[in-house]
Amino acid sequence: MHNQKEILSTIDMIDNQHLDVRTITMGISLLDCCSDSVEITAKKIYDKITRLAENLVATGEAIEKEFGIPIVNKRISVTPISIVAASCKETDYTPIALALDKAAHKVGVNFIGGFSALVHKGMTNGDINLINSIPSALASTERVCSSVSVASTKAGINMDAVALMGRIIKKTANMTADKGGFGCAKLVVFANAVEDNPFMAGAFHGVGEAECVINVGVSGPGVVYHALQKCKGQPFDVVAETIKKTAFKITRMGQLVASEASRRLGVPFGIVDLSLAPTPEKGDSVARILEEMGLEVCGTHGTTAALALLNDAVKKGGVMASNHVGGLSGAFIPVSEDEGMIEAALKNALTLDKLEAMTCVCSVGLDMIAVPGDTSAETLSAIIADEAAIGVVNTKTTAVRIIPAMGKKVGEIIEFGGLLGSAPVMPVHEFSSADFIMRGGRIPAPMHSLKN
Amino acid sequence: MRAIITVIGKDKAGIIAEVCTLLASCKINILDISQTVMQGFFTMTMLVDLTESTVDFTTLSDSLKAKGEEMGLNIRIQREDIFDLMHKI
Repeated sequence: MHNQKEILSTIDMIDNQHLDVRTITMGISLLDCCSDSVEITAKKIYDKITRLAENLVATGEAIEKEFGIPIVNKRISVTPISIVAASCKETDYTPIALALDKAAHKVGVNFIGGFSALVHKGMTNGDINLINSIPSALASTERVCSSVSVASTKAGINMDAVALMGRIIKKTANMTADKGGFGCAKLVVFANAVEDNPFMAGAFHGVGEAECVINVGVSGPGVVYHALQKCKGQPFDVVAETIKKTAFKITRMGQLVASEASRRLGVPFGIVDLSLAPTPEKGDSVARILEEMGLEVCGTHGTTAALALLNDAVKKGGVMASNHVGGLSGAFIPVSEDEGMIEAALKNALTLDKLEAMTCVCSVGLDMIAVPGDTSAETLSAIIADEAAIGVVNTKTTAVRIIPAMGKKVGEIIEFGGLLGSAPVMPVHEFSSADFIMRGGRIPAPMHSLKN
Repeated sequence: MRAIITVIGKDKAGIIAEVCTLLASCKINILDISQTVMQGFFTMTMLVDLTESTVDFTTLSDSLKAKGEEMGLNIRIQREDIFDLMHKI
């Protein structure tokens, strides 16, 4: 018989510590949906997605019931649309975004990712068409997510794409201004984008992936926070060990759900993403974990070190619990989606500069950050360039998901609701980066030897 | 398939009888029971075998939940695997 204490501790994690599987994401290749017409491609895409993902939501719900574990989201990622649509004669790919949105509604998933382009070295005609279609695609759909990879360690930073993305973000914010710039919450600019990320808004199904695959993203900041409450005042060795053990348990559950979903759907299992993904709910915050380590407010001196420890321990604990680990795997720090981060930003303890430093040691990047609506496109591009440089030089994924809040000033709040939460508008530097961004071209790939 | 049933709530007469009657009516075999009462707070965990069960998992889960609500208790059933995997290497 099982140890009753262990059984009850699992139940306590689910009931009181927000333990859940954040997402089951089905990756679907759309490479066989190409045609010379946007309309035909859109129809093929809709048909393929609705066929392959028909049972995704029902299967997720059945697993949820049998294991008694909440599976918060069921999602889909697809091949970057810039590749799928490249042979179409039309230049506006919005109809494809509409087909993705319609398919998402039909199968009941809450997000579908892959309205994407990979342009870290250069842009094809398909890439340019896709990027130019992003504002209207995001303004006219509800569930479609978009991402653009503008840099990689091997290729360097495509500064033409960086400059373009500043303008695209601005345009997207303008076109979705009535919804607080909601379109920008579904748009990620990547350096070193990964092909098997199950988390939105940056998920897409890479060209190195199988026809169809199941990836699972776990979560559990609340569980780590509760575990750390039991080691107050203890040295960091104890803190790291506690996080590792907790991450192991969380990931085992993710692995179980992933294998079960893969078996039932008859789709190969891809990876488990070991990320600590917060939600705006109380008790499910990454910021509160850092504060539990002894910081008065997240963002103060020591925050980067605390986050580095957390991120590393989560990986070390999780990696042994799953047979394939992938995706982004680490701690997320999306400001609007984390109750503790929101409070820290409102107190001015957490600034854009500190967040940038934090992204050097954690999973993603400047995530779900609202900036004043009058921030220039060049400044947005310069923020992207800085973040891309961190990713490129440190051989890690970084991303920018930034929302210019139209008509809002520093200190005001924009509300997205649900998992996306609410974001306090944070200040950006007032000095111009325009001449820097105007140069264009590429920043060369960094050196990876002679590291002394 | 084996599963764990947990019953948590305020102690009162007849909890085990009620749960066992429900399980027997569905031909579910109880392999092991463990219970504790601490300061009037009742906790029972049961290992059950669903091989011969006459109802599907969802129906069983719903009727246990309903039985719990009727008795003012929290009753749930979860597949055994989750506890195996979370707490053992």
